[in-house]
Amino acid sequence: MKAGTAVKVAILGSGNIGSDLMYKLLKHKGRMQLALLAGIDAGSEGLARARSEGIPTSHDGIEAILEARDVELVFDATSARAHTLHAPKLRAAGKIAIDLTPAAVGPAVVPPVNLGAHLEEANVNLITCGGQATIPLVYAISRVVPVMYAEMVSTIASGSAGPGTRQNIDEFTFTTSRGLEAIGGAQKGKAIIILNPASPPILMRNTIYVVPDKELDEKAVFDSVARMVAEVQAYVPGYRLKSPPVTDKRQTPWGMKTVIVILLEVEGAGDYLPPFAGNLDIMTAAAYRTGELFARHVRERTGARA
Amino acid sequence: MKAPRLVDTTLRDGSHALRHQFTRDQVRKIVTALDAAGVPVIEVSHGDGLSGSSLQYGFSGTPELDLIEEARGAARKAKIAALLLPGVGTRAELKEAVARGIQMVRVATQCTEADVSEQHFGMAKEMGLETAGFLMMAHMRPPEILAEQARLMESYGCDCVYVVDSAGAMLPADAAERVAALKKALSKAAVGFHAHNNLGLGVGNTLAALEAGADWVDGTLRGLGAGAGNAATELLAAVLDKLGINPGLDVFRLLDAAEFVLAPMMPFQPIPDRDAIAIGYAGVYSTFLLHAKRLGEKYGVDALDILVELGRRKTMAGQEDMILDVALDLSRKAGKQVQ
Repeated sequence: MKAGTAVKVAILGSGNIGSDLMYKLLKHKGRMQLALLAGIDAGSEGLARARSEGIPTSHDGIEAILEARDVELVFDATSARAHTLHAPKLRAAGKIAIDLTPAAVGPAVVPPVNLGAHLEEANVNLITCGGQATIPLVYAISRVVPVMYAEMVSTIASGSAGPGTRQNIDEFTFTTSRGLEAIGGAQKGKAIIILNPASPPILMRNTIYVVPDKELDEKAVFDSVARMVAEVQAYVPGYRLKSPPVTDKRQTPWGMKTVIVILLEVEGAGDYLPPFAGNLDIMTAAAYRTGELFARHVRERTGARA
Repeated sequence: MKAPRLVDTTLRDGSHALRHQFTRDQVRKIVTALDAAGVPVIEVSHGDGLSGSSLQYGFSGTPELDLIEEARGAARKAKIAALLLPGVGTRAELKEAVARGIQMVRVATQCTEADVSEQHFGMAKEMGLETAGFLMMAHMRPPEILAEQARLMESYGCDCVYVVDSAGAMLPADAAERVAALKKALSKAAVGFHAHNNLGLGVGNTLAALEAGADWVDGTLRGLGAGAGNAATELLAAVLDKLGINPGLDVFRLLDAAEFVLAPMMPFQPIPDRDAIAIGYAGVYSTFLLHAKRLGEKYGVDALDILVELGRRKTMAGQEDMILDVALDLSRKAGKQVQ
């Protein structure tokens, strides 16, 4: 294939996440071309929606994806359990897997922070919604000043938390706090998630608390945060600070410390999922972004070989 | 009415009033006094449950697992319990708490989100713990919704589902109809009631809950707890005794425990004062009180206005970060008017 032709991609999973991602792929004219949406339920609404948009569909799940020889990149929007079965098959078939489930077969990625380092991987995992929202800002601080502790609190609308999130709430806490450390650059991370059942539903909101390890150059830190907000906004338009970052003196296990507090709101693009579900939008938007960067990388590689 | 089981949570809900600074020495003294007075269950943990030590809620002065260990060592008959909020604490901390001595876990969810507790009840039962479930902010939903959520907790292995008036916003009839709905809906599990005294109804609502059939009730010495505090354990003991349903509590020993053991440790006596009444009136989470006072002072905003706005925004249990959000919004609004 020549450099410049679209990379054919497939979505595995015809639920809400798969559908939202499908609409993002249809809306944005990038380097990817959606060649197949595969589910496992012939009667599913998601497959019907895809057909009505003229997208080829199948209810043979992973088997249909493996048979689609020209598909180079696969978004897995099924479940953690299913992805652990899909991952080795996709690898054997030479297809790149972008995993939206909590399976964590491949390395965890947050596009503006560490995706560049993982473009040679055959499988990458999109860390939790809360991680996608908060890790970029912790990283934006840790690249300016060492961070001894970072804590994030995500509050999401009840209606945007599916059964997977609910039954695996501990994994969210665990995975996200590790991500604040390994990807965000904090020496220690902590994550809290809260469900809010208010009607009308609230937008996803996140609060980030950071304890810097050294004297703080506020301007340098806040500039770095502002640059990162702009970078995330490039693929999640509804990502915005509720106010400029503030600092506060707090009693901590390390004595009285200056704490940076960032209040963040994420409104969804409403491609398929409702706008309040910013927590789901940031996942599909990060998946789209990840797909685009992989597609560019794959074409540059083939282009260089040609 | 029958004699209820009384759970004392001075060392958990009371932790909020001490900004989570209980020491090993204080825990030993309080547990010894409660145990000697016949209190059957004593809850010990960070105010926001296991792993609540954080910037969001305040860091613990002494690690809660050390406090749990101290409590277990001091208790001769009483069971030691801990609170766990899924989303804050996890099964990992539950395991550690069991290793350090808890015999009961109380798993707390928002009153509409019981299904996040399935794994925690499952593990607790596997580990042989007694279990209770907290439906927090229960004033926000009608009895039939709470009953559905209670049935979920029962199906996961919860031994007693609590109607939790986290905001101290209920009137006696609100407490009674919620407890009655749970009594009717549950086949095996008992029903509990946890009061806050923001509207001065801590003991009154507990009595209404008992009349409606509540099996377990919560108290704290001197009512020490979030907001205007809880139903006072020693007060409940005296009242239950006069009602002829004393579950085996030594009234005078509890009066002494409250007066001579706990009171000297208290930074202040929680009462339904201006801001605390506002919490009950606006229906917001009782633990917001001290955070709202502090941030109100920092940003030159009346804590009462912050609390009322938090109620208008329908904030739920654990959303302490919203207090800063509201304080900033109100101070910006005030700034604009000045210009």
